[in-house]
Amino acid sequence: MDFKYDVIVIGAGHAGNEAACAAANMGSKTLLITMDMNKIGQMSCNPAVGGIAKGQIVREIDALGGQMGIVTDRSAIQFRMLNRSKGPAMWSPRSQSDRHEFIQQWVKTITNTPNLYVWQDTVKQLIIEKGEVKGVITALGVEMKAKAVVLTAGTFLSGLMHFGKNQLVGGRISEPASFGITEQLKSIGFITDRMKTGTPCRIDGKSIDFSKMTEQKGETDFHKFSFLEESQRELKQMSCWITNTNQTTHDELRKGLVDSPLYNGQIQSIGPRYCPSIETKIITFADKISHQLFLEPEGVDSQEYYLNGFSSSLPLRVQIDAIHTIQGLENAQLFRPGYAIEYDFFDPTQLKHTLETKRIKNLFFAGQVNGTTGYEEAGGQGLVAGINAHINCVGGNEFTLGRNEAYIGVLIDDLVTKGVDEPYRMFTSRAEYRLLLRQDDADMRLTEKGYAIGLTTKNRFDQLNSKKEKQAILTDFIKSYSIKPTQINDYLASKDSSELKHGCKLSDLVLRPQLSIEDLSEAIPALKEKIEEIGSRKEEIVEATEVLLKYEGYIEREKLIAEKLLRLEHINIRGRIDYNSIQSLSTEARQKLTRIDPETIGQASRIPGISPSDVNIMLVLLGR
Amino acid sequence: MSTITAISTAPGVGGIAVIRVSGMDAVMHCNAIFVPKRKSFFLLEQKANLACFGSIVNKQRELIDEVLVTVFRSPHSFTGEDVVEISCHGSLYVQQQILQLLIEQGCVLAQPGEFTQRAFLNSKMDLSQAEAVADLIASTSAASHRMALNQMRGGFSNELLKLRTQLLDFVSLVELELDFNEEDVEFADRGKLKSLAITIGRLIKKLADSFRVGNALKNGIPVALVGETNVGKSTLLNVLLNEDRAIVSEIHGTTRDVIEDTVNINGIIFRFIDTAGIRDTKDKIENMGIERTYQKIEQADIVLWILDCTQLSEHMEWLTNKIAERAIGKEIILVFNKIDKLAEEEREVLDQLFEQFKGKRIYISAREHVNTEGLKKALIDAAQLPEISSKDIVVSNIRHYEALQNALKSINRVIDGLDSGISGDFLSQDIRECMHYLGEITGQISNDEILGNIFGKFCIGK
Repeated sequence: MDFKYDVIVIGAGHAGNEAACAAANMGSKTLLITMDMNKIGQMSCNPAVGGIAKGQIVREIDALGGQMGIVTDRSAIQFRMLNRSKGPAMWSPRSQSDRHEFIQQWVKTITNTPNLYVWQDTVKQLIIEKGEVKGVITALGVEMKAKAVVLTAGTFLSGLMHFGKNQLVGGRISEPASFGITEQLKSIGFITDRMKTGTPCRIDGKSIDFSKMTEQKGETDFHKFSFLEESQRELKQMSCWITNTNQTTHDELRKGLVDSPLYNGQIQSIGPRYCPSIETKIITFADKISHQLFLEPEGVDSQEYYLNGFSSSLPLRVQIDAIHTIQGLENAQLFRPGYAIEYDFFDPTQLKHTLETKRIKNLFFAGQVNGTTGYEEAGGQGLVAGINAHINCVGGNEFTLGRNEAYIGVLIDDLVTKGVDEPYRMFTSRAEYRLLLRQDDADMRLTEKGYAIGLTTKNRFDQLNSKKEKQAILTDFIKSYSIKPTQINDYLASKDSSELKHGCKLSDLVLRPQLSIEDLSEAIPALKEKIEEIGSRKEEIVEATEVLLKYEGYIEREKLIAEKLLRLEHINIRGRIDYNSIQSLSTEARQKLTRIDPETIGQASRIPGISPSDVNIMLVLLGR
Repeated sequence: MSTITAISTAPGVGGIAVIRVSGMDAVMHCNAIFVPKRKSFFLLEQKANLACFGSIVNKQRELIDEVLVTVFRSPHSFTGEDVVEISCHGSLYVQQQILQLLIEQGCVLAQPGEFTQRAFLNSKMDLSQAEAVADLIASTSAASHRMALNQMRGGFSNELLKLRTQLLDFVSLVELELDFNEEDVEFADRGKLKSLAITIGRLIKKLADSFRVGNALKNGIPVALVGETNVGKSTLLNVLLNEDRAIVSEIHGTTRDVIEDTVNINGIIFRFIDTAGIRDTKDKIENMGIERTYQKIEQADIVLWILDCTQLSEHMEWLTNKIAERAIGKEIILVFNKIDKLAEEEREVLDQLFEQFKGKRIYISAREHVNTEGLKKALIDAAQLPEISSKDIVVSNIRHYEALQNALKSINRVIDGLDSGISGDFLSQDIRECMHYLGEITGQISNDEILGNIFGKFCIGK
């Protein structure tokens, strides 16, 4: 044990784990440093993975050869495909995980990955020489050498928790914070600020009256997170429960506002607008008389429930009194209260698209330290940082994803271009080309890319090709198979779909909104036979085929616009313009362009404060 | 950036000419060749927007011309830079001499449009305003002048901005139910969305429709002169244009190509399109010309159908059908030419013959200038252009028109989509497309705005 590595990853959360696994799987000798090996991949907030736009990210991580999808499948205790009534761009997988099993699966994955080492300790300082990172120094006094370092410290940097007036230093409840790194980076010129996030209380299931709540069951069809055939949902499936706050709840909460850290000035930093605490909700939306709450199970063998929608940093007494006014929670016993936490993050515009810092070579940032929120957003960044950390060690082209290729591409481009002024969460509306970033085809978009850089395994690549082949066969069959009216009209009538007057191709029927391939296979034996021939993954392949057939027109139109806009992405400007010398740019534009130093006109156009006329000025100057 | 100069008045000899100089060294360069009348005066210290009398001299201190020099100081000038305008006498020699002296001082001859480009670069105007400057300079009628002036002041940009705000509201409502499906937010009902989409569609359509008027104002109302060969179309055109533009001869089929020119009649610009005479012929080249005549009829707003009173063709019926089928929905004026060669009683026969025909009838003699005023009046009546006030937004630029057409298609797809109940993500795709096309005219759409709008208006968060 000489403590010499290619890549060191600081922090074993959702970003760090992906970064470490990616670097190690690509061949770098990698060390993962964590304060506590029993908390690897801990879910600091709710025990759920995925959701709208976030589920798509997990599918992308999986398609590239990351681990989050597999870990989630194997620890899932409920699975739902959200937004099924909407178009395919909106379908978003979401699962509840057994918190304990989630950690176990990560520990199993990490400790069984070749080239990957784990060290339990805290990093106090980075070793930086001549603008390049060379390793780390830990609390135990170990000096470690590395060619690249990935910082994924989450909320642990100078973490400060608030429970009413009570303030505790720590990175998560009952866990210490980390000091030293922020101060060091600040001293060499990094811009850092504070953010706030919060989490609700955990309740003892024995004290909950579920009979007064609405049950929300999971789904049992073929959907899951990983594209790998061998990744399956294995655990017993459980339900979530829905209840609501009421006027009395709001009255109780209002009584406690004088001691609210959010409203008495104790917390100054900005929290996420889309995930407000319950006290923020009753103030901002004072005319709403009720807010929906979800009780989410924490595990198969656990009585612990997570009260989704009730994040709070109000004093413990206020939280308890308010909770007791809620239907089904009249006698609720808390395991622990909700709290708010403030932590350091680094302005992500200090990063390149590879997530390497512009200031220090071979130093990468990923996850919450970049001002994001969410396990999925963290995982996506971790993967890209880990890949590029490895590439920096061995040489090669940097790995980045475009806004039209992946939500991860949208995420990173947003971070490094726009910066953050609140914890950043992904939404589908952030993507210009939503229809091109569907969950069903993340593998089609990305697996080949992952394989090309040596991250995706041969097994996964083979599975992709087999899926592609089978999908092509089915598509060809549907496009070429002719249907006669006599063959199908009875069936169409039964489906309230207008009858055929002349024969047509099967694909014409698939285009009808009321009809699906599966439905049609009931009436057309040849189609049923063709589907049966697919064998394994047939539901998945039928669904992917159907999406492409049904929505071809929309997808093509989206591609057209994407290509039109991508023109600006190909005009490189880095190093070609001295912004400060252009008086015609606004002062704000000059400052921001100088600071962010965009690579292309396209990126420049997305910087907040850069107006269309600024972009036109640059185009005129470049002689376009 | 270099200091540029050019003669800003129209080329040629005029009473006076203006030479414009723009750039950091504009005042310095002018000072070097300028001798003020008042000895105590010093051009470098001249206050902004004031004119000064003096003379331009060459290196040998020889007098070139007596001039007025006006100084504008950055940023309060057309280009946003320091600008000097020298008003000299209109002699070509004088203009060239002064320009030459300025270039010797270090000025660079301006590229076409460079003054406006600098104004744009210095944020004196946005893209559509810059385009309007060109229109303003080229405006040949009061109405097109008002229109360009309005666009330059940003009237069009403001109208688009209003549309954009409405679209942003629309797309926020749709995105809300897409991204926050799991939250207990209330979603907008489809009826409300539809009426919003219809309102937006109507606004876009109104702007797009104004292009017919805008284009007519800017480029003239297209008037096709059609008829058989040798009925005097070209002669009539020459009379209207007051010059020998088309080739006139007694040989049938002289005008084989299409000739266009504009003329301002009582403040309205007409674009007259002379066409090859229509007749049944085997001549390939002439037939191609006739085919183009038909196309021109379709492009025109007004059709002047010219007939020779003295020899009405035996193909009259054939011709009537040929022209009528292509002129549906257009104003047709029947012009009976060579009326001077016709006796009074023959005219009555003529009247009876065309009683059934809908178009207006005018009797003229192009060669003898008989009743050409009547024809002009008929043209003005047929033009039917609405009055343009300085508040009206009229689209006159083909690029803007095309973008509006595309935006209209997108918003119509939204309305259809709402009728057929398609999912919000497809509605959103079409709305974003609509915003994209409007953005092509002035600016762009940023997704952050949508989210900002959502967070500002709705209670989000579990």
